[in-house]
Amino acid sequence: MAKPNVIVLSGYGLNCEEETKFAFELSGSKAEIIHINDLIQKPSIFDKYQIMAVPGGFAYGDDTGSGNAYANKLKNHLWEKIENFVRKDRLVIGICNGFQILVNLGLLPAFDKNYGNRQVALLHNNSARYTVRWVDLKIENNTPWFAHIKTISLPIAHGEGRFFATSEILSKLKKKKLVAARYVKREICTYQSLPANPNGALDGIAAITDESGRILGMMPHPERAIFFTHLPHWPLLKEQYLRNKKSLPKFGPGLQIFKNAVSYFL
Amino acid sequence: MKPIDFSTHRIEVCPTVPDARAQVRKKKIELMGFGRKIESVFLADVYTIDKTFVPGELKKITNALINPITQRAHIDTFYRPSYFGWAIEIGYLPGVTDNIATTTKEIIEDLLKNPFRQTEGIYTSQLIFLSGKLTASDIHCIASGLINPLIQRIIIKSAAQYVKEEGMGKTVPKVKMDHAPRVDTVNLDVLDDELTVIGKSGIADRDGSRRGPLALDLTYMKAIQTYFKKAKRNPTDIELESIAQTWSEHCKHTIFSDPLDEVKNGLFKTYIRAATEKIRKQKGKQDMCLSVFTDNSGAIEFDEKYAITHKAETHNSPSALDPYGGAITGIVGVNRDTIGFGKGAKPIINIYGFCFADPTAKTVLYKDRELKQKMLSPDRIMTGVIEGVNNGGNCSGIPTPQGFVVFDNRYIGKPLVFVGTVGLIPKKIHGRLAFSKKAEPDNYIVMVGGRVGQDGIHGATFSSEALDSGSPATAVQIGDPITQKKLSDAIVKEARDRKLYTSITDNGAGGLSCSVAEMAKEAGGCKVQLEKVPLKYPGLDPWKIWISESQERMTLAVPKNKWKEFNGLMKKRSVEATIIGTFTKSGFCQVTYNNKTIMNIDMEFLHDGLPPRPMTTIYKTSLHVEPKIKKIKNLTLTLTTMLSRLNIASFEFISMQYDHEVQGTSVIKPLQGKGRVNGDASVVKPVLSSKKGVIISQGILPHYSDIDTYHMAGCSIDTAIRSAVTSGADPNRLALLDNFCWCSSTEPQRLGQLKRAAQACFDCAVAFKTPFISGKDSMFNDFKGYDKKGKPIKISIPPTLLISSIGVVDDVTKTVSIDLKSPGDLIYILGETHEELGGSEYFNMMGYIGNVAPSVNARKNLKLYKAFSQCAKKNLIASAISVNRGGIGVALAKSAIAGMLGIDVSLKSVPGAVFRVDFALFSESQGRIVATVNPKNKKTFEKNMKGVPHAVIGKVTSNNFILMKDLSNETIIKLYLDKASEAYKSRFKNY
Repeated sequence: MAKPNVIVLSGYGLNCEEETKFAFELSGSKAEIIHINDLIQKPSIFDKYQIMAVPGGFAYGDDTGSGNAYANKLKNHLWEKIENFVRKDRLVIGICNGFQILVNLGLLPAFDKNYGNRQVALLHNNSARYTVRWVDLKIENNTPWFAHIKTISLPIAHGEGRFFATSEILSKLKKKKLVAARYVKREICTYQSLPANPNGALDGIAAITDESGRILGMMPHPERAIFFTHLPHWPLLKEQYLRNKKSLPKFGPGLQIFKNAVSYFL
Repeated sequence: MKPIDFSTHRIEVCPTVPDARAQVRKKKIELMGFGRKIESVFLADVYTIDKTFVPGELKKITNALINPITQRAHIDTFYRPSYFGWAIEIGYLPGVTDNIATTTKEIIEDLLKNPFRQTEGIYTSQLIFLSGKLTASDIHCIASGLINPLIQRIIIKSAAQYVKEEGMGKTVPKVKMDHAPRVDTVNLDVLDDELTVIGKSGIADRDGSRRGPLALDLTYMKAIQTYFKKAKRNPTDIELESIAQTWSEHCKHTIFSDPLDEVKNGLFKTYIRAATEKIRKQKGKQDMCLSVFTDNSGAIEFDEKYAITHKAETHNSPSALDPYGGAITGIVGVNRDTIGFGKGAKPIINIYGFCFADPTAKTVLYKDRELKQKMLSPDRIMTGVIEGVNNGGNCSGIPTPQGFVVFDNRYIGKPLVFVGTVGLIPKKIHGRLAFSKKAEPDNYIVMVGGRVGQDGIHGATFSSEALDSGSPATAVQIGDPITQKKLSDAIVKEARDRKLYTSITDNGAGGLSCSVAEMAKEAGGCKVQLEKVPLKYPGLDPWKIWISESQERMTLAVPKNKWKEFNGLMKKRSVEATIIGTFTKSGFCQVTYNNKTIMNIDMEFLHDGLPPRPMTTIYKTSLHVEPKIKKIKNLTLTLTTMLSRLNIASFEFISMQYDHEVQGTSVIKPLQGKGRVNGDASVVKPVLSSKKGVIISQGILPHYSDIDTYHMAGCSIDTAIRSAVTSGADPNRLALLDNFCWCSSTEPQRLGQLKRAAQACFDCAVAFKTPFISGKDSMFNDFKGYDKKGKPIKISIPPTLLISSIGVVDDVTKTVSIDLKSPGDLIYILGETHEELGGSEYFNMMGYIGNVAPSVNARKNLKLYKAFSQCAKKNLIASAISVNRGGIGVALAKSAIAGMLGIDVSLKSVPGAVFRVDFALFSESQGRIVATVNPKNKKTFEKNMKGVPHAVIGKVTSNNFILMKDLSNETIIKLYLDKASEAYKSRFKNY
C-alpha cells in the first residue's frame, strides 16, 4: 500500500503543526499542513487523507476555554466532512490543544459512536498555571496509536489539561476501555522526583479514545520526543552509553506513536 | 461610560465544578494576610455585549461560549450564590486591549455571519464572590491587590447591595472622544522658556493641559524652530510629535552616538561597532557575521542554507506601570524584530531576563507628592512581569528556555525586563538574498495586523525619561499574541516565500511615524493617507493615529502588482491588511488627512536634523569600606545560606511555566539533571532534520558596577562566553549582543561610568574575537517620586549591562550538562581563583561591597575556553558548570544537586592565590569552569589542558552529601544533598 496521507491542521494560534508534520514524515507518511480556512474554502481536499492530526498550540489564545473557539469553527463549517471522515477507517489524533479541540467537538469519547456531543472536559490545571515538564504514561487500552507501547515518557506543556468527567461518564469510560493512557510514576518522574499527575487530572487520565480506538486525544506531546536528545536525561544516558562503548541512539520514544499510525495503513 | 440601553446584554458564566482558578485566587488572598478571614472564593466570567440580536441568537451565542459539562450561564439575569459576603467585578478601562473580547467577537461573527459594526462592541470582565469575616476595608485592600487602576475598573458591592440592586448592572467601557478629530498648529515663535516646556511636557491642548512628553530638550526645540522658520510656517501637532518620536533617545540612541569627551564619533561607533569591524577583518574567511547593526536583529551563519538572527530589547518603563502588559508587549514586540529582520525570520527561541527588587521588600513609593499614585509593590511587579512573558511566549508557540533573575533593591522604582528573540531565516529565497530589503517608489505602504487605538501614545518619548508623575497612563498597552501569531505565520511562512513585498519593518516605538519614515528612507519619501488607517474606535486625532504604539502591527512595502495576491492571502489568514499610502522619491515625508496635507517634512531633516550634543564626563572611583569578616566557624551553614540567596536560588517556578519544548527543538533544557537545577546556557536544535544546534547564554553582573563599570562589563562578557563554552559552544563561533541599561545619563559621572563600560566592551570583545551583532540601550532607569512621608526620592538602578551570547554547534550530542554523572569521576577546577570578592554575593551577604572586583584576562581565558571546547568535542567531559555568582562553592553544590551525587573535594590544590577558605569558596574570579571527567579519560583530558591552569580537586561520590576540605585538608563542609536542594529551592517555593 502507498504511504498514508496526513493532514495536519493549522491556523488561529495552533503552533505545533511543523514538528507534528515532521514526526509523521519521519515515520514514513506524506504529511501536509492545511490552514483551516483553506479547508473551509475547499472541503473536498479532505478526501485524500487517511490520518488527521489536530496539533498542539494556543488556538484563539484559549479564550472562552481551551479548544472551544477552534472547535466552534470546525463545527460551523466542516462538521459533515469531519463526521464522514471519522466514520470511515481513518485515524485521528489530537495532541494537547488538539485534544481539547476534539473533546469540545464531541469526537471524544463519543459513546456509541455518537459523535458531536461534549461529554468530558479539560479544565485548568490545579495549579491554575501553565506547566511544562515530562511525564510517564501507562498505556491502558488497545488503540492502534499506542500499539507495542506499555509505558512511555513524554513532555507536557499546558494550562488546561486536568481531565474531568462526571462519575457516571467516568465509569462508562472505564467500562468501555476508552481510557488510553494514565499518568504514572516511572522512569522520568522518578529521575526528576516529580509527582506522576502533573495537573490533577481525574484518575490520572492523560489520553482517551473513542470506541473504535481510531480517534485519540492526549495531553502529552509525542512530537517533542522523537529524538534521543529530546529526553531530559540524555546527557546522563550518553555517559552511560559511552562508558559501555555503545553508540548513542538517534530517536526518542514518541516516534513509535507516529510509526504506529503509518503502519496501520500498510 | 455609556448608560444602559436595551441593546446591551450580559452573560454571566459560572463554573458548576470545582474551579482551580478560584482556589488559587483564594490562596493568593490568604497570602495577602487574610488567611484567617477568607472562607471561599467563587469566580464567574462576564461577557457584556453591546449589540442588538434577534430572538434566539443570544441563546445560541451562549451555547458557543460555555462548556455545558462544567459551566452554566445566566443571560441578562444575575447569578446569586447561596452564600457570599461581597461581590467584586473587575473589567478593563475603555480602550484597553481585551483579548478574550476579540475572540468572543470572532466566535459570534462566525456563528451568526453577522459582523459587529464599529459602534457595537463586546467587553469581558470577571465577577468575584467572596465570603468570610471580611470588613469593607479588608475588601478594598484585597481589591487593590487584584487590580491595576491604570488599566482596570472595579465595582465592589456588599451581598445586601448586590441582591438589592439585582446584581452588578451592565457597564459598557466604550471609548468616547471629547472632540472630532482635528489638527492643531503649534506656535514655535515663542521664548526659550516656552520651548523648553513644550519639549518637556508636550504640546498644550486647547484646554491648556499638556499632551505628554516630547522628550525634546532646548537644543532640539531650537533646531526645529529654525527649520520651520525657514519654511515660513509653524509646525502642525503631528509634525512636532513625529519629529519627537524619530529623535527620541529610544529611537536615535543619541547618548551612544553623540561626541563624548575625546570620543568624537560617539561610544557606539568607537567601541561597539569598531570592535565588530576589527574582529571581522581579523577573522577574514572565518567571519560568520551576515548582518550587523543595520537591521532589526543581527545575523550570523547557521549552515549553508540558513542564518540565525538575534535581538534583545528591554521594556522597563511600561513594566513599572503595568507589569503584565509591559512584559507581554515586550516579548511579543521583540518577536517582531525577528519577523521584521530582512524579508522576515521565523522566531525560534525567546529569551528573558528580569532585574527586580526583593519581592518581600515593604518600601512604599508614590509617583506624586499628594501620595495618590502609589507604585506597585515589588512582589506585584515580579509576578506580573513573569506572567506577561508566560502568556506572550507560550501563546506564540516560541520556546523560552533561557533566562535569569537578578535582585537588587535599586530596581524597586524601575524593574528591568529584558526580552530577546532568536530567529531562523534562509539565506536566499528564490535565489535572492533574504536579508536585503528595499521599499521602492510607487510601492504601496501597507499596514498589517492589529488596529490603531489610543494605547501606547508617547511610549518612545516616555521611556526616554525618568519615571515620574507625568508619565502617561496611555503608554500602557497589552499585547495580543494570537493576532500576532496569525500575522507572523502569514508573513514568515507564506507571503515571504511568494515574494509579495519588497520591505518589512515592525511598528514598535513611535508606531507608524517611525516605521513608515524609516522605510521611506529606502525609497526616498512617502505619502500617507492617514484616514485610511483602520482604527479600534472612531474619533482619534491624526497625530495619535500616527504615533500610537498599538501592538501587533507591521508595515510592508507591497508592489502594486502584488497587492491583490498579498491581500487575498492575508484575508484567507484573517489578518487585516490596509493600503495607507505610497512610497515616493519626493524627498519628503508627507501625510494627508481627508485630502488635506497635515505633515510635509524634509526626509533629511526628519532623520538627520538633530544637532549633536557633545557630552563631557567625569570618573571618580568609589572607595568602599574594607570588609572585616571574622573567620567563619560553620561553613556548612554559610554555603546553605548562600544557596538560598535571591541571586543564586532556583527559579524553577519560572522555567516550569515557560514552554521550552514547543517546536520540538530543545536539547539542553533550562532545568538540568535529576535535581532540576537552573543552567546558565540553553541548547536548541532549530532545524529538525539537522544535528546542528544553537547555544545561547547571558552574562549580567550589575553588582560589580559599584566598584568599576569597566570590570562589570568585562565580567559580563566573560560570563556570557564562558557559560556558552561550558555547555559545548566553540569560542571561535560566538557572537555577542549588548543591552545597556543605565541611569541618569545626563550626569557626567554616570556618563563616565558608561564610557568605561563601553571601553571594556571593545577591549574584551576584540581579545575574545567575539563580535557584537546587535544591541540596544535604555538610558534613564531612574525613579523620581516620593516616599510614604511625601519626601522626594530618586532611585537609580545600578548601571547594568546584559551581554547575550549566541553560537552554533555542529553536533548537539557534543553539548554538556551541569549535573554530575557518575561516582568516581574526577572533579577539575579550570582557571585561577584569586581574592576577587568585591561586589560578590558573599560580600553582599556579609553587608559589604568591597573594592576588588573580578577582572578579566581575556587572552588567558580564551586559551582555556578553546582547550575546553576541544575536550567537549571529543566527548571527554562528563559534566561542566560555569563558575558564576557564588563562586566554586555554589558551582560545586549546584552540580551535586543536579546530579544528586556526592562530592569529596579539597580546596588545597585550587590554582591561583587565595588565603582564606571562605574566599576560595566564594570568590567570583572569572574564567573558571568546574568539570568532571571519567578517570579513564584523565590522560587525554590533561593533555588537552596543557598550558592551562587546571587541577583535580576531588571526586564524585555515591554519598548523599557534599564534602569539602580546606586549604590544609581539614573538613569544613558536610552538607547533605537533600538539605542543599531544599535551601536552593525554598526561596521561591510559594511562587
